Amino acid sequence: MELAYFAAGIGAGLVVIGAGYGIGKIAAAAMEASGRNPEALGDIRTTMIIAAALIEGVALFGLVVCILLAVKS
Amino acid sequence: MKVKFKYILFFISIIWLFSSGFKPLFCSENISDEDNQKLDIVEKVVDHDYVDFYFLGKLYMPKFHPVQIGNIKIDFSPTKSLFMMVLVSIILIVVLKRAAYINTHNKVPRGIGNFVETIIVFIRDEVVRPIMGDEGIKMLPFFLTLFFFILFSNLFGLIPFMAQPTKNINVTSGLAMITFFTVQISGIRKNGFIGYFRSLVPKGIPIFILPIMVIVEFIGLFTKPFALLMRLFANITAGSIIVLSLIGLIFILSYAGILIAVPFSLFIYLLEILVAILQAYIFTMLSCIFISIAIHPEH
Repeated sequence: MELAYFAAGIGAGLVVIGAGYGIGKIAAAAMEASGRNPEALGDIRTTMIIAAALIEGVALFGLVVCILLAVKS
Repeated sequence: MKVKFKYILFFISIIWLFSSGFKPLFCSENISDEDNQKLDIVEKVVDHDYVDFYFLGKLYMPKFHPVQIGNIKIDFSPTKSLFMMVLVSIILIVVLKRAAYINTHNKVPRGIGNFVETIIVFIRDEVVRPIMGDEGIKMLPFFLTLFFFILFSNLFGLIPFMAQPTKNINVTSGLAMITFFTVQISGIRKNGFIGYFRSLVPKGIPIFILPIMVIVEFIGLFTKPFALLMRLFANITAGSIIVLSLIGLIFILSYAGILIAVPFSLFIYLLEILVAILQAYIFTMLSCIFISIAIHPEH
């Protein structure tokens, strides 16, 4: 039963690594793009937020599984 | 009138803080051995058949006899989420009626009419028109209903004593089901029954991967609304769980926990406002994109 806690902790960590990497890449690309073309800043920001929210949604799927693991044990 | 309202808000927030977060400050001796002092996070997040008003007591919902249809037993008795959903709907009707009244009777929108009009113009000009073009204006009431309902129910849980209806997976799956049927029906109406299902598979692919593509596209019909419902549900639930976990730090660290728990939970609370607006926006926009794909299969 302790293994479930272990798995939940490791899973949460992996989820955070993945989501952080994804959102970091998006932010880097958006900053580069807005530096090259400052007029398109509004459009870039909107698309960046949408993509970040999509990644966050996927990360939260994993987080829900981790919470279920930690609760069920 | 304004001053009174401010005092009431202040009073309510102080009582709320004392009743939930600051409890260990006054009874720190018997936290560990008292069983009812435990903070059960899952208990707070899941649905109940009562609404908890903490020190004011519990409001129990009426219980109905479950209805038997074939082998399935369906319980139609109302729960906390349904209660909150009805409250949100009443607030929505009142606010939007008021806004419509203000906007039709004044030349220049002001007050709450201005606020509502800003959102409507944003949805029309930034979401629906770039994605669907002018024919999307015909479906604008659907998107506005989705947006306002999700926005108000997400923000509703941030009020003390209240809970988000969207924290319940049944509510979000109902919303996603509405989107799913709207996508199918609008696609069939535009392209015809056979034309719509033929357009799911892109033209000009080799014959030997055709069976795989048919299966993949057919599953894709259902995964899109599933991702939609899970995203909304998981975002809202995770927000409440994080706030409760940070408050739970007080139970572990007692006095020192206040220094960590209060600023962090305030930060997450403010982040929740952003998440509420963002999730409503994303749900509306993705519904719009799915409908646009069903209507114009070439793009």
